[in-house]
Amino acid sequence: MSEAAAVLHPGHAVVEPAESPLTPESWGKLGMWVFLAGDAMSFGGLLAAYGAMRYASPNWPNPSHVLGIQLTGFMTFLLICSSVTMVKGLAAIQDGDRAGLKRFLAFTVLGGVLFLTMQAYEWTKLIREGLGLTANPWGASQFGTLFFMLTGFHGCHVFGGVVYLSCVLMKGARGGYSPTNYNGVETAGLYWHFVDLVWILVFTFVYLL
Amino acid sequence: MADTVATATRHGHHRPNYMAIFWWLLGLTIAELIAASIPVGRAYPQMAKGILLVGMALSKAMLVAMYFMHLRFEKRTLGMIALTPLLICVFLLFMLMPDLLWLWREI
Repeated sequence: MSEAAAVLHPGHAVVEPAESPLTPESWGKLGMWVFLAGDAMSFGGLLAAYGAMRYASPNWPNPSHVLGIQLTGFMTFLLICSSVTMVKGLAAIQDGDRAGLKRFLAFTVLGGVLFLTMQAYEWTKLIREGLGLTANPWGASQFGTLFFMLTGFHGCHVFGGVVYLSCVLMKGARGGYSPTNYNGVETAGLYWHFVDLVWILVFTFVYLL
Repeated sequence: MADTVATATRHGHHRPNYMAIFWWLLGLTIAELIAASIPVGRAYPQMAKGILLVGMALSKAMLVAMYFMHLRFEKRTLGMIALTPLLICVFLLFMLMPDLLWLWREI
């Protein structure tokens, strides 16, 4: 930071506070990580509740028999691809490729929208089969409650991420980012990768186990 | 303002091979689907299936956190912040164990 200040203000003596190895390069990134840590606790609590309810229930349905594993497997693949396009978009703007940033961000947003569409289809199908917040035709009613709470909470995060990334995309389209100013893209990317990471865990614990 | 200054003086970017990470994630996802579809039996107990699936899920999560979220190349602060909820969740599981064991006995 001292070096940067000297570049911006040559000839002026700059007194900088002592930096520790713990000082982040970006306060925005630090703020996002703190938020994600709290959000991880929310999902951790829900997953722990799911695990506790499942193993305490004598008639918990086998998820692979009642849920569409193939569809959700493809949804997982979609989110992984969108994480790749997100990180490619960040790499593009770091290299000064504004067109690349726009292209990859657009693909990331598209991935999120497709994921939400497929989730809506899955929910509609399950609700028509009788699964609800307090109803489960295949066994313990808590299955329906926890399934919709977990996937719904995650879906809200995906929706928020789609809106967030759309705003970043619009700013990028107006030339708001550059190789020396891309923290906004990086911060948004952290949120999106977190959403992907959580889905990896939700997919395993709810659909596969 | 501080963020702009920080990015203006950054020299070089840590750039892992994102496509390699993608192929690992895809491979692990396919392996998970295969592991989940194999019928449970004496040769393939439920416990083994659980350990395999959880192990693969955690590996995928680590890959995303370390390389896509760049935790591997960040300062210690962010690593400590990221690790904290993991430790608290493990603590939460241990706190739930007595209730779960009691309920299993009841069943």
